[in-house]
Amino acid sequence: MNYTEILIIPFIPLAVFLVLGIFYKCIKPAVSGVIGVLGLLISTLFSIKVAYEYFFVFGKEGPIYQTFVHKTVWMNFTETLRIDMGVLLDPISIMMLLVVSIVSMMVHLYSRGYMKGDPGYTKFFAFLSLFTFSMYGLVLATNLFQIYIFWELVGVSSYLLIGFYYTKPTAVAAAKKAFIVTRFADLGFLIGILIIGFYTGTYDFELLNDPEGSPILSWAASSFFGMSVLSWGLLLIFIGGSGKSAMFPLHIWLPDAMEGPTPVSALIHAATMVVAGVYLVARLFPMYYFVEEGIILQVVAFVGGFSALFAAIIAITQNDIKRVLAYSTMSQLAYMMLALGVSGYEGEAGLGYMASMFHLFTHAMFKALLFLCAGSVIHAVHSNYLKDMGGLRKYMPITHITFLIAALAIAGIPPLAGFWSKDEILVAVYQKDSLLYVIALIVAGLTAFYMFRIYFGIFWHKDPEYTSTPHESPATMTIPLIILAIFSALAGFVPFGEFISADRMVLEAHLNVPLALAAVATGIAGIGLAWLFYRKETDLPQKVADSLGKLYTWSYHKFYIDEIYLFVTKKILFKRVAEPAARFDRRVVDGTMVGIGNSTVRTSEKIKGMQSGKVQDYAMAFVAGVLVIIIFFVYYLTE
Amino acid sequence: MDILSLFLIVPAITILLLVFTRSLSQARLVALLGSIVQFAMSMNLVFAYIKERAINDSIMLFTRDLVWFEPFNIHYSIGADGITVTMIVLTSIVVMAGVFISWKINDLPKEFFISLIVLATGVYGFFISLDLFTMFVFFELAVIPMYLLIGIWGSGKREFSAMKLTLMLMAASAVLLVGILGIYFNSDTGGNGFTFNILELAAANIPAEAQKIFFPLTFIGFAVIGALFPFHTWSPDGHASAPTAVSMLHAGVLMKLGGYGVFRVALYVLPEGAIEWSWIFIILSAFGVIYGAFAAVRQTDLKYINAYSSVSHLGLVLFALLMFNKTAWNGAIIQSLSHGFMTALFFALIGMIYERTHTRDVRKMGGLLKVIPMISATYVIAGLASLGLPGFSGFVAEMNIFVGAFEHENTYYRIATVISVSAIVVTAVYILRVVGMMLMGPVKEEAYLQIPGVSWYERIGILLLLLPIIGIGVAPLWLSDLIYKSLHPFIQGVL
Repeated sequence: MNYTEILIIPFIPLAVFLVLGIFYKCIKPAVSGVIGVLGLLISTLFSIKVAYEYFFVFGKEGPIYQTFVHKTVWMNFTETLRIDMGVLLDPISIMMLLVVSIVSMMVHLYSRGYMKGDPGYTKFFAFLSLFTFSMYGLVLATNLFQIYIFWELVGVSSYLLIGFYYTKPTAVAAAKKAFIVTRFADLGFLIGILIIGFYTGTYDFELLNDPEGSPILSWAASSFFGMSVLSWGLLLIFIGGSGKSAMFPLHIWLPDAMEGPTPVSALIHAATMVVAGVYLVARLFPMYYFVEEGIILQVVAFVGGFSALFAAIIAITQNDIKRVLAYSTMSQLAYMMLALGVSGYEGEAGLGYMASMFHLFTHAMFKALLFLCAGSVIHAVHSNYLKDMGGLRKYMPITHITFLIAALAIAGIPPLAGFWSKDEILVAVYQKDSLLYVIALIVAGLTAFYMFRIYFGIFWHKDPEYTSTPHESPATMTIPLIILAIFSALAGFVPFGEFISADRMVLEAHLNVPLALAAVATGIAGIGLAWLFYRKETDLPQKVADSLGKLYTWSYHKFYIDEIYLFVTKKILFKRVAEPAARFDRRVVDGTMVGIGNSTVRTSEKIKGMQSGKVQDYAMAFVAGVLVIIIFFVYYLTE
Repeated sequence: MDILSLFLIVPAITILLLVFTRSLSQARLVALLGSIVQFAMSMNLVFAYIKERAINDSIMLFTRDLVWFEPFNIHYSIGADGITVTMIVLTSIVVMAGVFISWKINDLPKEFFISLIVLATGVYGFFISLDLFTMFVFFELAVIPMYLLIGIWGSGKREFSAMKLTLMLMAASAVLLVGILGIYFNSDTGGNGFTFNILELAAANIPAEAQKIFFPLTFIGFAVIGALFPFHTWSPDGHASAPTAVSMLHAGVLMKLGGYGVFRVALYVLPEGAIEWSWIFIILSAFGVIYGAFAAVRQTDLKYINAYSSVSHLGLVLFALLMFNKTAWNGAIIQSLSHGFMTALFFALIGMIYERTHTRDVRKMGGLLKVIPMISATYVIAGLASLGLPGFSGFVAEMNIFVGAFEHENTYYRIATVISVSAIVVTAVYILRVVGMMLMGPVKEEAYLQIPGVSWYERIGILLLLLPIIGIGVAPLWLSDLIYKSLHPFIQGVL
């Protein structure tokens, strides 16, 4: 086991970031792009090598995949609690390593074309490298605190990249919103860490996740408001995860984050950072499963199911293609959460866990592809809105075909990637809860519908008068599209159960034919409906929208969640807390202090007349004083 | 000459030389040389300390004791442990950065630098003193020049601010003096006479009754300068009126005397009083943490934002000190250092921005990232450090405080911890609000496009303060080792 090879993976992007950041002014844009791509290429090659060696050479001991940890102390808190920095190799961390490397590599390649001529070109690559470094650190984390550290770092990279066009007020607002909403969720995460650290005495994943270990076995030892303290900790950690993975009601930052450059949306807000929440729950899965009989997993399942449906409904009515994709991301992430929530631990029961990770993998490929295609389209027509698009299949053949592959993949049409992973999620949910299964199936249909709504809207629909004829993007942009399209088509054939399962043993997944047929039928129905509505310009969609009435407007306005948040923050927190606090400080607290000072001055104003400087006055006071003393003594002595 | 007394003698020589300078360039050269020598000495002290600590177990190293005033048993008694060393390093760096930032001061440069260095001398003396009385003298020595520095070189309603600041700190000193005298007159428990020496006082076990009376006096006396709610109101006005270098020194170093004094004197000498009273001061400081953060959200003047942010960050120091836990104390000391570097950096940047835009109102500025990228980018970094981003010193400090405070066996203390943890969200709000309004967005005024970029001396000033923030944040282990070992005798004294 050679750990230097693994340490190289995160440290190369860090070095690239430092070089580009420090020598920002001296490096020519063309050079910085090449440095970024080459650096990441090395990391990617090492990731592939490590993955190959782990899965096929040394990872297994008997039938079970082992965990390998290499770490060093970073900071000591107490005798037992400390923060280590290190790398942890197990099936899911290596799978994530591959996802991050591949998508980041494609996005780096693509950005060389997409960001060409941008004044912040070097800065862009510096931030991308910072993000990639932080993401590697996150997936390789060996303990809760390390994951929290890199969690914050990916958050800040996301902030910097959403606000990349910093002269645009909407981008600035979106960046701020993304940071603050996720920070709020991270507060939960941090308190969860404090609780778990305090009650179990460790932050290490290895110790926490051991089903026979003392942390899990000790859950019943202390409770708080009727639930085990460890469950509270896990719930709070899940809140942190839902912030990053945009679960309802902490999702509001993700659609706005689309203000960032499109390659960023593909990398951070579709394929990698936003899955961190899912990854976190998967990372702590044994704990979630065994502590208090998996009470928090039920919360995970229901939050996931609800968010999936909620986001899919909103996605149908949005007109900005990136926002549709953002809601779609939210919906698919919720799918993964749902799968984790219904999963068991041992053998066949652990299907949900495997399916969730499988979907994470395939989703990263086709969603990154969808975003990059959308970027290519936006690059051509200079607009995000469906109304400015149409008939583009003639002008952009490669983008068209790759987009179609990705859309079919996400709609769950066999034999593309999304079919396989989604099918397994549906099977896992079906085995656990029929209500959630129905929700998941509806979401599958809605997904196919909204995805083909924008597909037809972009590439068919109408032939608007373009002021300048749109043209296919340059090869730097289309090559990553083609590569990702190949992955999206083939990723489903990876025998995922061989590599990843909750109990680390081989899990044979079988195709459940009736459920698969139902899912495919729903998908095709969704596509057919979209074909009917949007292949040609008709007034049919408008009629349906009108007949839906309130439901349509509510969906269009995203169920007014943003407005509720604005009300709470602006009207309550700013107007009723922050402003009174500032006023109270000036008027009351400071007023008291100044008042004490002023009254001293006033008192001295009043009595200063005594110091008149006239000898008669002093003589008068002297005589009066003597008289008082004499009277006092006489009185006292005669007593 | 012993290694610690040099920290009083070198500034004194610098002041003496400054008296004979005749122009700005001479004055700043002397001040710069003086501060560089101090910095070199502080670095030397770190290595000397580590070397000495390996072979010497006593609580204080490099001690020296001279009788100063026999009848009251007042000594010139100095010594250093790991905490002192870190504080001295902080002071020397901030002073040096302050000299660089004041490179172009035009009014009475000689007098300005003299006052600045007198202040620094007071601070050094305070940190190394082991005798309560001399400590108090140095405390006053550090506070007095503030009046002149703000009153003469300040801006806005400077007389009022200078007066308010000085009076409030003087009132606190009066309370503190009562506390110190109370300690002194109760120190003769072993029949060896009264003493001012902190180590002897801690060993003397002052009667619990006296501790309960004099702890609040001593604590408040120190905590006023550490901006404890509700005694913090001198700080916003004081900062707003003070010239840049003074704000840097004041927030960066002088406010640290509060936490340091509480730790060295109030907690160490009066532990039983501390346990008796801690709950009320925990409520005040935890409230101050949240309150300062919320008050900062609605400010429009950059210096006010920073002043309230200091109330919030330093509230955390006092909060952590009252937890009687090594981890939290370690965090409190690191937070003092981290806040020192961070606010000094903030005030330096605010000064640079003000010089160029002639306003400190965030609403009037916009798009500064485009016109002064270096200053603005550093402001963003300082902001991220301030909101506790990993990789910067603030994170290390806060996590030590939170983990330590959460170890407390009392559930209410843990709830108070959760409340102060929530401040991290509010902090993000006020930091990002400023970044969004002032640095990002479109450039608000045409005139801003003409403003000059950063000059070499400003660049050095920025780097001097930025490097320790990153250094502590990336590799915290050596620093906590330095501090952690020195906490041992104190925690034993208290528990």
